[in-house]
Amino acid sequence: MTKTNRKIQEIIGNLRLIWKEPLLFISILAIFYFLLTFVAFPIFQVFKTSMIISKQLDFSNYLAIFSKRYYFQPFLNSMILGICTATIGTTIGFIFAYALTRTTLPFKNFFRLTATFPIISPPFVVALAAILLFGRAGSLTPILTTIIGKYSIYGLGGLILVETIAYSPTAFLVLYGILQAIDPALEEASMDLGASRAKVFSTITLPLSTPGIASAWLLVFIQSMADFGNPMVISGNFRVLSVQAFLQITGMYDLSRGSTLAIFLLLPTLTAFFLQKYWVSRKSYVTVTGKPTGATIKRLEWYIKAPVYTCCVLFTGIVFLFYGMLVYGSFQTLWGVDATLTLKNYVEMFQVGKDYLIDSLTLSTIATPITGLLGMFLAFLIVRKKFIGRGLMEFVSMLTFAVPGTVVGIGYILAFNQKSILFPSVLTGTAWIIITLLIFRNMPVGVRSGIAALQQIDPSIEEASTDLGADSNTTFRRITLPMIAPAFFSGLAYSFVKAMTAISAVIFVVSGKWNLITVAVLGFVDNAAYAQAAAMSLLLILIVMVALGIIQLVVNRIGKGMRAIDIVG
Amino acid sequence: MKQDYLVLENLVKIFGSGKDTIVAVNDVNLKVKEGELFTLLGPSGCGKTTALRMIAGFEIPTSGKVFIDGKEVSMTPPNQRPTTMVFQNYALFPHMTVFENISYGLKIHRESAQNIRKKTDKIIHLVGLEGLSERSPAHLSGGQQQRVSLARSLVMEPKVLLLDEPLSNLDAKLRVSTRLEIRRLQQRLGITSVYVTHDQEEAMTLSDRVVIMNAGKIQQIGTPQEIYAHPVNYFVADFIGKANFLEGRVVSLVSKNKAELDISGRKFKVFTLKDSFSEGEKVFLLIRPESVELEPKKSNTLFGIVRQIIYLGSRMVYEIEIAKSPLTVEITNPQEHKIFSKGEEVTVTFKEKSLHIIPYEEIKK
Repeated sequence: MTKTNRKIQEIIGNLRLIWKEPLLFISILAIFYFLLTFVAFPIFQVFKTSMIISKQLDFSNYLAIFSKRYYFQPFLNSMILGICTATIGTTIGFIFAYALTRTTLPFKNFFRLTATFPIISPPFVVALAAILLFGRAGSLTPILTTIIGKYSIYGLGGLILVETIAYSPTAFLVLYGILQAIDPALEEASMDLGASRAKVFSTITLPLSTPGIASAWLLVFIQSMADFGNPMVISGNFRVLSVQAFLQITGMYDLSRGSTLAIFLLLPTLTAFFLQKYWVSRKSYVTVTGKPTGATIKRLEWYIKAPVYTCCVLFTGIVFLFYGMLVYGSFQTLWGVDATLTLKNYVEMFQVGKDYLIDSLTLSTIATPITGLLGMFLAFLIVRKKFIGRGLMEFVSMLTFAVPGTVVGIGYILAFNQKSILFPSVLTGTAWIIITLLIFRNMPVGVRSGIAALQQIDPSIEEASTDLGADSNTTFRRITLPMIAPAFFSGLAYSFVKAMTAISAVIFVVSGKWNLITVAVLGFVDNAAYAQAAAMSLLLILIVMVALGIIQLVVNRIGKGMRAIDIVG
Repeated sequence: MKQDYLVLENLVKIFGSGKDTIVAVNDVNLKVKEGELFTLLGPSGCGKTTALRMIAGFEIPTSGKVFIDGKEVSMTPPNQRPTTMVFQNYALFPHMTVFENISYGLKIHRESAQNIRKKTDKIIHLVGLEGLSERSPAHLSGGQQQRVSLARSLVMEPKVLLLDEPLSNLDAKLRVSTRLEIRRLQQRLGITSVYVTHDQEEAMTLSDRVVIMNAGKIQQIGTPQEIYAHPVNYFVADFIGKANFLEGRVVSLVSKNKAELDISGRKFKVFTLKDSFSEGEKVFLLIRPESVELEPKKSNTLFGIVRQIIYLGSRMVYEIEIAKSPLTVEITNPQEHKIFSKGEEVTVTFKEKSLHIIPYEEIKK
């Protein structure tokens, strides 16, 4: 009884505190409104649409999925693809992370850069390169055919190959953080007590990184399930959910069935997300702080080095081969017919793609700073403020991370092609539907890095600001934001990359008036204009790299400024 | 008892290359006796931990050799050396219970389950961890974690036990009681131990012998008493305890181990351990603060002015200005003595037996 009383009093106290800061109160309300409208509402619409046929509650779509092989197969296929990609991708990611943290592998920076490069490229680029290499007119197809006989790159095998290249970097980043955070003294202690290299690995390193491995596996699984670009290009007759949902809606105009497929896509990814967030991360013994720990024993026996190094070199070679192929392909006159080198693809690409490019840049440039600021502000509220619904706010802001783009895209067309109580205007066809989609899809990473950064900053610094008379919003602007600037800029970098390379969700909301470069590339691929597609992909990668370079420069500048303050202080 | 149970021979460790070269350990020679607790003492960055890690096998010497019980182990990997280490942050395996942590090494060495149980229980009893064996390390206090770490090393009955600043994560009181505990265990088990610390008090109270290191080089090896009473140079004298240094000159060598000094016009006869000083040489006269007596000013004596008084309960510390240089004086049991006040002139006398000469060197402050 007293416990509930105290709880109620606490809530009233918090309410009172918030009431005294009307601006903060309004900000919280506004953010809840945005999250409700642009995150929760579209997903709700997908659910609703999947269960309503001719204005009546009807579960026949769900029954159809289970009863008709035609609909059930894509679900099965997506699961198989996700499991295979996650398993292979995590293995490669682990080997890479192990090589970079535990061995004397030379050129570590080079390997790290190459291993993470696929992250900044548009998702379907790897599939495009695979077609150039191993497709019907692929450069390596004749050689491969003589070795393994007749094969087709279109299908499960090809998909696993390209998604492994595209998503093992995710596993690598997670595992690199984990392996780097394991105190080397633990491995030394084990060795000191007589354990051999293999024993150290099996009794210490592996058990301690198991939660990390599970995390990486689940994240790759989510990415692979949700992947739209690669299957769109290379799945052939191997039907997966994301593509089938898209075809149901854009080809058959069957919103209801498309939504049902989307729901079946959503359920496994959401499950994986919850497992990762609430179960695996609790099991972790390792806290990733971002601070690398001291040196580890790096004397290794050749029988460990040899396979690990081989794997690294092989994967790096494949990454080079794929992206190199893109460059080579982009200069060919007519793919598979005329291999004379030419610049005409670039000219053509500019003629056709100029408008797409301008649209992409404009929309991304508008969306990126908003995403970054909103992400940091959310992180600030979640970490530093007490209010009712704080947990809910964190949950909803993270949710979009686990929701496949296909689901979000369908949700957006369902939610915003008419006026609703939540939003009094039709957004479909405008620039704003793309911008809001980009903002709310890319925000979770910003929120997460913001939360991580804030948790490492002593709250007393902000308290001092409040103590000196600043209100919460001023404190956020003048104190918090400058301190978490590095996290802010890396959030910016991430959201710009994601905005420029987005495809799975935005493909539903582009219009004649506002279109995106990724959609244009997919159009080229559809017309088998591979050389132009390659040229345009390269241009896109180049733009992203330049943008990342600029942001890195700014971060370095700020970093220096911060250090100067440190010395003075 | 073997005299050279653990031997370091011309040990050198160089990290990095080119501009970033750091000579962490510079030609270190040591002989540790069987059953002895030997401490490597020095400021941070002096190379003591690197030396310890070379004994453990975590670092390979750039040159030089390590011998344990007559066998060279310089290139032997750590898992095959008869040494175990207590880590500064304990390095307890977070995914194992206390029992699993302690028995880990025994399992690795494929001892029988019965033996493992027996040995582990015995050591758990020895370090006083009864009833905690099924706990996870995360649910132990700092002191308990420290004991698990110690037990995990001791249970292996190593030829040499290595301790890398094992007390630095404990609070002040626990540190004092734990170091007595470690000493008691070490003597009871008669285990040869190498202890690394930067805390001189810890080194003095624990060790049979201490080696003082600075910038990768050995400065002095000796018992705590030897090092305190007869430091070989300014660094050692300044690092161990508090000291006053008065600049002077050797006037004459009275006998083989006695010299006459001139300190700003006053003559002192001082014992020297070595006859390594020559007449006319510039030297430091080392005076420990507790070797000075203060009396009310008398004529024809050495006197100074009291500039600062610090009362510490069991001791009274005076800062005296004498011939324009400061002199720290510590009076123990101050209630038994006359208390002087600030600005008062006092006669200063030195207890001659405690005076000691060291070579003069330019002091960079």
